[in-house]
Amino acid sequence: MARIIAGIGSSHVPAIGAALDNGKTEEPYWKRVFSGFEKSQAWMREAKPDVAIIVYNDHASAFSVEMIPTFALGCAAEFPPADEGWGPRPVPVVQGHPALASHIAQSVILDEFDLTICNKMEVDHGMTVPMNLLFGKVDKDAHWPCPVIPLAVNVVMYPPPTGHRCYMLGRAIRKAVESYPEDLKVVIFGTGGLSHQISGPRAGLINSQWDKSFLDNLSKNPERLVRIPHVDYMREAGAEGIEMVMWLVMRGALDDKVDEVYRFYTVPASNTAVGHIILQNRRRAARTTPRRRPAAAKHKRAAARGNVQRVRS
Amino acid sequence: MARKEQPYDDIPGTFVFDAERSRRGYGINMFCMSLMKDENRKAFKADEAGYLKKFPLTPEQTEAILERDYNRMLELGGNIYFTAKLGATDGHSFQHLAAVMTGNSQEDYAKMMLGGGRSIEGNRSRSGKNTPSKFLSPAAAKKKPSAARPKTKARSKSRSARRK
Repeated sequence: MARIIAGIGSSHVPAIGAALDNGKTEEPYWKRVFSGFEKSQAWMREAKPDVAIIVYNDHASAFSVEMIPTFALGCAAEFPPADEGWGPRPVPVVQGHPALASHIAQSVILDEFDLTICNKMEVDHGMTVPMNLLFGKVDKDAHWPCPVIPLAVNVVMYPPPTGHRCYMLGRAIRKAVESYPEDLKVVIFGTGGLSHQISGPRAGLINSQWDKSFLDNLSKNPERLVRIPHVDYMREAGAEGIEMVMWLVMRGALDDKVDEVYRFYTVPASNTAVGHIILQNRRRAARTTPRRRPAAAKHKRAAARGNVQRVRS
Repeated sequence: MARKEQPYDDIPGTFVFDAERSRRGYGINMFCMSLMKDENRKAFKADEAGYLKKFPLTPEQTEAILERDYNRMLELGGNIYFTAKLGATDGHSFQHLAAVMTGNSQEDYAKMMLGGGRSIEGNRSRSGKNTPSKFLSPAAAKKKPSAARPKTKARSKSRSARRK
């Protein structure tokens, strides 16, 4: 059985990718950002997921205004990096996992989430920047450490899906993953945010208090977050801060109780507050020891009681 | 037909790219998208007004593009991820664009970001609704979220209203 072992939240600021691609990671401004992900990369090397599901949004790269799917699942065998106007990022082509992806599509559509299926799709910084932050720099001709299933969410045109819808989709994805027969360790990324506004006269807005509270609740009390209306995200976290709803897909795919194994927050990267969190399912540890032992003991007790009764009659 | 007022119109300095703006601004965004190709960038630079005739634009939209009035483009249905491609075609960094939209010099804008960004205080509302969101404020966190309580209140109120 496949299972989701952990969820990762990460900003996907394009300038982070540009800094990495242009060898600026040692500059103090960028070192502050990249150093926050060193522990995460070590965690990822140890976790060795077989597949990553990455919830992200496209920024006028694969989708323009001609088609605006609310949820689009990448079922292709590979996803080339998109040319965002400066040539494609020098990162490897992302390998997909068509078998698990199509299984997820079939399962969640029957659970009433009407996904768009993408059998051909390019992916932009929204996906490749978090991959770099968690997997490190990977040479263009090398391979990413694991296949990826992209889930593109429309957060560009209002209205995006509600936080509640995102959370419930996460739940449906968990159910789908757990009904996949192959033994796979899956991680799920929620990307984008945290607070930022890059458009209009209010551009530059950052709300660290909001961000901190969001991360706190994401970890311990996600049910509080699913009721936040869009207008509150846009007012408090900036017009583009509404990307944060994508983190709720990730959270919905995890167990109710999770362990927060790591958190990082810094302001700014370009125009954005960088947020990052790793939440681990507790079942992961529980599974390493053989299960059902208490059940066996109960069964024995019942059998023992049965024996006693039989003696009496 | 005038734009229908939306709750998010109360957010200051913000043009939310909603379905209606998306409809009105289709030409702006498709024009910007065309700038992803080098040959189109060159054609646009060679004859800006002529190039724009290929797209369904209103005279106001054409003027906003020619004058590089980025806030006006957003107001008329442009989206920032698209209009940024016009900025890039002009050879500007995104930070330059952000500074232009905020009416600051790029240097001042960069300083503001390094200092932690634009504060939320005083920037929540045009109508003076400057209290933080009840969903994430520390005060709200103390209260136990109870869906039942407000419902009961509403019911008892309507009951007392009926009695009167």
